Amino acid sequence: MNTRASASSSSSPSDRRLSALARHLSSPSDAGSRGGGLSRSLASSSSLAGRESVFSHVTRAPEDPILGVTVAFNKDPSPVKLNLGVGAYRTEEGKPLVLNVVRQAEQQLINDRARVKEYLPIVGLAEFNKLSAKLIFGADSPAILENRVTTVQCLSGTGSLRVGGEFLARHYHQHTIYIPKPTWGNHLKVFTLAGLSVKYYRYYDPATRGLDFQGLLEDLGSAQLGAVVLLHACAHNPTGVDPTLQQWEQIRQLIRSRRLLPFFDSAYQGFASGSLDADAQSIRSFVADGGECLVAQSYAKNMGLYGERVGALSIVCRTADVASRVESQLKLVIRPMYSNPPIHGASIVAAILRDREMYNEWTIELKAMADRIISMRHQLFDALRARGTPGDWSHIIKQIGMFTFTGLNSQQVAFMTKEYHIYMTSDGRISMAGLSSKTVPHLADAIHAAVTRVV
Amino acid sequence: MAAVRAGVSSRILGQSSALGARSMSSWWRSVEPAPKDPILGVTEAFLADPSPDKVNVGVGAYRDDNGKPVVLECVREAEQRIAGNLNMEYLPMGGSVKMVEETLKLAYGEDSKFIKDKRIAAVQALSGTGACRLFADFQKRFRPDSQIYIPVPTWANHHNIWRDAHVPQRTYHYYHPESKGLDFAALMDDVKNAPNGSFFLLHACAHNPTGVDPSEDQWREISYQIKVKGHFPFFDMAYQGFASGDPERDAKSIRIFLEDGHAIGIAQSYAKNMGLYGQRVGCLSVLCEDEKQAIAVKSQLQQLARPMYSNPPVHGALIVSTILGNPDLKSLWLKEVKVMADRIIGMRTALRENLEKLGSPLSWKHITEQIGMFCYSGMTPEQVDRLTKEYHIYMTRNGRISMAGVTTGNVGYLANAINEVTKSS
Repeated sequence: MNTRASASSSSSPSDRRLSALARHLSSPSDAGSRGGGLSRSLASSSSLAGRESVFSHVTRAPEDPILGVTVAFNKDPSPVKLNLGVGAYRTEEGKPLVLNVVRQAEQQLINDRARVKEYLPIVGLAEFNKLSAKLIFGADSPAILENRVTTVQCLSGTGSLRVGGEFLARHYHQHTIYIPKPTWGNHLKVFTLAGLSVKYYRYYDPATRGLDFQGLLEDLGSAQLGAVVLLHACAHNPTGVDPTLQQWEQIRQLIRSRRLLPFFDSAYQGFASGSLDADAQSIRSFVADGGECLVAQSYAKNMGLYGERVGALSIVCRTADVASRVESQLKLVIRPMYSNPPIHGASIVAAILRDREMYNEWTIELKAMADRIISMRHQLFDALRARGTPGDWSHIIKQIGMFTFTGLNSQQVAFMTKEYHIYMTSDGRISMAGLSSKTVPHLADAIHAAVTRVV
Repeated sequence: MAAVRAGVSSRILGQSSALGARSMSSWWRSVEPAPKDPILGVTEAFLADPSPDKVNVGVGAYRDDNGKPVVLECVREAEQRIAGNLNMEYLPMGGSVKMVEETLKLAYGEDSKFIKDKRIAAVQALSGTGACRLFADFQKRFRPDSQIYIPVPTWANHHNIWRDAHVPQRTYHYYHPESKGLDFAALMDDVKNAPNGSFFLLHACAHNPTGVDPSEDQWREISYQIKVKGHFPFFDMAYQGFASGDPERDAKSIRIFLEDGHAIGIAQSYAKNMGLYGQRVGCLSVLCEDEKQAIAVKSQLQQLARPMYSNPPVHGALIVSTILGNPDLKSLWLKEVKVMADRIIGMRTALRENLEKLGSPLSWKHITEQIGMFCYSGMTPEQVDRLTKEYHIYMTRNGRISMAGVTTGNVGYLANAINEVTKSS
């Protein structure tokens, strides 16, 4: 029935397309075996010969720009190489960090032989949800006391944003979401796949390396009534530029007056200023006015639980009854996505948040991480000043959180990678968490060289 | 301070009301309360019941003979080994490479040439649900004109998954109510009559909810007919090892299809067979023509995972790779899986014997002929309601009994109750 001859004779369009792609992507060692491999595999499963895969037209997706940085970094043999790409915290020794309280909590979990690994409810671990809501809204938040908040455990910030987005696409009358320019690269994909259409509002001003507040007000001021607005609660990613408290107040008034629906992405609570309450102030001021909003919370950075995928989506509603109905609909979004969320990370968080001593210890460790980052900012700023590097570098200490938008252009970035083995994203964003006192001088040298030799 | 805050609040609220014409109503006024999940709703009701006699044979989670959930010893040991040793960094988008490698061996065979030739695009997924959903999204994106054929009946969430992925659904005959077995002739007709190149969802073993599996010969015929029609076979394998007690045997259907040269997709789950339910560990794999295509397909699967959850959870994957990567732990796991499967088979026998001893006028041989966690009892929703109301026995209204919830302690009670509500039918 199937003829081997038809397959291994002239190459099909899909073969040629794959070959072209492979020439761009494969390493030298692959090229030699590729052709042989194809006909070999065709010969060995004769029944597949003559029939194309239903997915043969699938082309290879581009590498993720951020994760691609780490791939390139890993390949570099230089002893002075520096990875300032992905936003995961590193110690002074350049090592990943598992917080002491997290290790403690983990040990507790393991030692408790009564613990089982049963399915969580669709909305996740109840205690985790309650404690997460208190953490972000404040334990005395009127919205919580009035049962107007529904909180569901999700897969870190990404999962919370996606579930929230899908809910809005199904139940909210406006399907447009405004996101800041620039923003975390994944925001666009998350909301698009959730079924919303994405527009941008001005945010970063390259001239000042600060907030384009006028542009922001204008764009949100002309947004469709009722549209959704994505707001970074603190430590804007990738710029590190946050509105001041006064600016937040104006933003809040504008949003409420145009009946826009705020959707907060809170990925750095406690990590930005070192204070959990201060970093939640923007969100709390919105909740205090009695209005509604969505909040995506992540414990990836502030508890160092990156790979455990722990987060929560909260929807603050006008009434408890509405909150309850909203929760029931959130379940219908979650069930066909992954049924129920993973238990391990949420259990760790709950263990820490519920125990006064562990909670206090956590705030201390969190502040230490935030302080180290702030210290790196100051060291880098001082080092550039000491070298007389041309330009105003005060944005390094004005910006907040894990990232600094240096203002370096892609040629300068490429230069720094080639000559100084510094790895960062081509938009000039550096992760301060990847710096240490030992490596600041090297980075300062590289920036100085880039700014003076490359335009 | 609170008074000041309240004052500030009312001032702000006042301003907002003045600035916006909208009254104090919610955006979500029109949101209807969603229907309760039929399966998970059963457990909720069970938990709320104060009766000391209550029995939960609803959700498909394994229980030991004391009705208690079980954490496998191999899992406890693995957790001890990994605690304190590893960091919690992000996994790659495709998940733990080691875990995926070991998982593919289970499905495709330890010495699979497809693994050697790197022809399998595979990513870690959020248990079976997540694997199915990723595949459904992938199917929608790259075969937008395709539809999925789903057996009747099936796990209810299958319909939700492909619906939310916006893939049109059709059904194919599967369960034969009269014989409480497989409706093989109708199944084959449906395969023949589906348009060429349709996508078919197949339960690799231990069909949920019926427990009815095709025989090996029947699988070969199904494979042949699917090949003739050029259909795409997608296997949901949630019970490997759990059905017969032998993972190799439970993968037989998949191996038949691979021998016959199909390019298949598989959703694998460790929820039941490793008892890792809440950890959400699974794997989605798609067999491709060659390594380059596998790389392309994998990259696209990652593109679908990234805007859903970025990268999958690490803890459960570490447990799996620790167990499967260590010969001592792996053989312990195989023993423990067999114990679970054997207990269930034992309970099937016990339930059937009890019903027969009670002199039930009906035939209950399907209890021992069906396989895996579930038994499709054949009871009507009304009979199930009576079981719940009168005997505090909880199961889904389609008459599906989770045999994992049956113990030597409650099998007599259960048999009696079933007999009572069915003997007059």
